[in-house]
Amino acid sequence: MDVVRNLLVRGMLAGLVAGLAALIVASVFGEPQVRDAIALEEASGGHSHGAEPAGAAHAEEEDELVSRGVQSTIGLATGVGVYGVAVGGIFALAFAFVYGRVGQAHARATSGVLGLAAFAAVILVPFLKYPGNPPGVGDGETIGRRTSLWLAMLLLSLAAAGVALIVGRALAPHGAWTAVPAAGLAFVVAAGVAMWAMPGVDEIPAGYSADLLWKFRLASLGVQAALWSTLALVFGALAERLLEPRRAQTPSNALA
Amino acid sequence: MSSISATQSPSTPVDRPTPVAIPVRAVLPWAFFLGLLALIALYFVGAEQGATSVFSGATLHEFVHDGRHLLGFPCH
Repeated sequence: MDVVRNLLVRGMLAGLVAGLAALIVASVFGEPQVRDAIALEEASGGHSHGAEPAGAAHAEEEDELVSRGVQSTIGLATGVGVYGVAVGGIFALAFAFVYGRVGQAHARATSGVLGLAAFAAVILVPFLKYPGNPPGVGDGETIGRRTSLWLAMLLLSLAAAGVALIVGRALAPHGAWTAVPAAGLAFVVAAGVAMWAMPGVDEIPAGYSADLLWKFRLASLGVQAALWSTLALVFGALAERLLEPRRAQTPSNALA
Repeated sequence: MSSISATQSPSTPVDRPTPVAIPVRAVLPWAFFLGLLALIALYFVGAEQGATSVFSGATLHEFVHDGRHLLGFPCH
């Protein structure tokens, strides 16, 4: 119990550091895109931040709730920070299940592989099917359907990762160079079939800036890449100090 | 947990102990309670006052607005 609690604290700490890395990428590369998207939305009479005739009262009310200055600084930091800590906690729990069960892999290697696999399954696959959008893209009326589809895609992607794990374990006796590529292929095929079967969402307004959309989505993926790579590397180092202290030290005192 | 030091073999070439799996029954209670707590936190950052609402209004949605967009959640 003590080891798991200790891992959780380290996971949430690593998540906080990861959130900070993600916040830097979001502020530098993401915020300019959000600002441009809102400007574009207001210029074209968009739905949620501009003066749309039908929802004008609603839009003005939204503008007054939280100013753009707060949204792009404290709001962004809070959102990314809470996300980082929560993901860090879940990551530590997943690590606790996986550690010592994948061959002879040590803590840092386990954390790195887990981070890469989790990024592919939790972020990359759902993003490829239902990518994030800047403000002004996406119909507010369909948010329920789009959220359900995105969540379903996430769960299907996790199921594909489960298939890959089964394939990898079954082929493990044949060596890593057989098991790992086979598991990777199993994930790509299973996730690919799920992406092909899921319905598409096509809500980008006609004539919308393709350049802005590309930059926003690249920044969004960059935010997640910064978060997950930092999390996996920092948590790996912290977990190693807890679980695998060097021989020179007394190994038992860390767990006492 | 106490078995970690016991599994160290002096003949191992590396200077770090061999990884020892943590018993699943030691992880499960933490996974249930803190896993649930973490998922609730993710819900409030990612979806509250968007697709579904626990609290009425849009203040929370607007406060985490930029994070929600840039983290790739579906957002209005």
